Amino acid sequence: MTVDRRNWKTRLLMLWLPLGVSLVFALFPFYWMAITSLKSNQELYNRKVMPLIVHNPTLKHYVDLLTETSFLEWTWNTFLVATVSTAISLVFGAMLAYPLARMRFAGATMVSFAIAATYLVPQPLLFVPLADLINRLGLGDTLTSVMLTYPTLLIPFCAWLLMGYFRTVPIELEDAARIDGASRLQTLVKIVLPLCGPGFISAGIFAFTLAQNEFLYALIFLTKTEVRTVPVGAIAELVKGDVFYWGQLMAAALLGSIPVAIIYSFFVEHYVAGLTAGSVKG
Amino acid sequence: MTAVLAPAEVRRRPAFSLGRWLEREGVFSWLMVALPIAFLVLMVGYPFFYGIWLSLLDRPVAKPGVFIGLDNFINDWHNPVFRQVVLNTFVYTIAATILKMVGGLGLALVMNQDFRFKNLTRALLLLPFIVPTVLSTIAWQWILDPAFSVINWALKVADIADPGPSWLGNPHLAMFSLIMVNTWRGLPFYAITLLAGLQTISPELYEAATIDGAGRWTRFRYVTLPLLKPVIFIVTMFSVIFTFADFQLIYVLTRGGPANATHVFATYAFDIAMGAGQFGQGASIALSMVPPLALIILAMAIYLRSGKS
Repeated sequence: MTVDRRNWKTRLLMLWLPLGVSLVFALFPFYWMAITSLKSNQELYNRKVMPLIVHNPTLKHYVDLLTETSFLEWTWNTFLVATVSTAISLVFGAMLAYPLARMRFAGATMVSFAIAATYLVPQPLLFVPLADLINRLGLGDTLTSVMLTYPTLLIPFCAWLLMGYFRTVPIELEDAARIDGASRLQTLVKIVLPLCGPGFISAGIFAFTLAQNEFLYALIFLTKTEVRTVPVGAIAELVKGDVFYWGQLMAAALLGSIPVAIIYSFFVEHYVAGLTAGSVKG
Repeated sequence: MTAVLAPAEVRRRPAFSLGRWLEREGVFSWLMVALPIAFLVLMVGYPFFYGIWLSLLDRPVAKPGVFIGLDNFINDWHNPVFRQVVLNTFVYTIAATILKMVGGLGLALVMNQDFRFKNLTRALLLLPFIVPTVLSTIAWQWILDPAFSVINWALKVADIADPGPSWLGNPHLAMFSLIMVNTWRGLPFYAITLLAGLQTISPELYEAATIDGAGRWTRFRYVTLPLLKPVIFIVTMFSVIFTFADFQLIYVLTRGGPANATHVFATYAFDIAMGAGQFGQGASIALSMVPPLALIILAMAIYLRSGKS
């Protein structure tokens, strides 16, 4: 919508004011996280002190978090699980997407239906049977349990997004490679995949952030400190009974968010492309 | 299989070659999709049907199940907490969806103007959506803390209320707080997706409308809204599905309390299955989400089909 540039009052009312309010609303919890993590306990639990700024900053909560809890181990677990499940999802997603984008084969409709259905099945529908299965397979309290279950959340999205990218590769390029004697697999690996780098980055970023975000399966399958991920570790071990270690909780929340935020900031355009691909094109 | 097919192939072609057979579209496609499809059938399809079977059993954890037919569902129906859960889930989903949709559309319209640092602003506004929900919800829990809430501090300083309300302790306020936090997290998704939709609308349409004397509101009502409708619809449907089945936000902030006032399907099923160890009953509660969700998805499918033809 075009706005008359000369009228600064309109501009203030229609742009800067709503934008400012939205930014404060969106970012205040992160500011609050950061300053809380830097306050000493005396300051934190003193209602007479003005709470909006830090009066005597201290890194004590960070030191405690890193030395007295298994936070670093949780971070490593989260990273490992997110990386492995993203990798599995990209490979499986591409294996589903390429034939659907390019080939005619019996059962193609069924395959796309299966992908759509998987995408629309919400996690809480499956956790009870999955918990029972994981127990019976003896996978409880192993990272394998979540590495196997997270891809079910990520594959449909990866397949869907990659399908769009595979379709943008000119079919003439593939035909030319085939005429020169390349097999279908060679055509895919040597011609199509290299041209779809951005698609893999978008799908990968999206899958990675989703995997870092997952909580329900991790909460149910991972009950021992050494296999926990950051969200579950923070909820289960930085809250003891009714006692909340707020300083450490905020430090954990901030440190746990930073890796995602950094990766996201480098690839924000890819992320937005992935986010909007389905809904805008569909 | 190859051995069985081979003779027929030989008759049609001078020399059958495995390599050529593998190059056929149908064969190659299935070789590609077979493994991922098997994986999805095993990890999604099988648990889904196993869940239906579990819901028909009296199945305490670590004990063999006894088939009891629909008794679990009948128990749910007669359970006042379950009815409360159904009501809570609908209130939570409808209120949060409306707030996210209206707020997201408003923010998208604001963002669809030319201004400096637009990309940076967009990136910052998306942060609530990309940061792991549990971690940002912990920050909200501290913001809404009964004793040290910063909102209550502000209310006190502004001389509005002292002491301020218990944001998560009062049943109505607790639901209100959850809806606000859900809106905070989900609104950027609406805004950014709708913004992408707005950017596909040709500026010429607005120019034409302006020449015809249309004001800001008329342009929005008769140009923007109709063209944006498909995007709004899809975004809303996805959001409704995931709000309806929300777990982590509620689990962290209230665990369904106070007095079940904020229990939804997912948290209640978790309590019964994992807390009380009643797998069969828990599965029946989770499965009760299916009929309302199926209706939503059906509505989406019908809408999309009618839009395309």
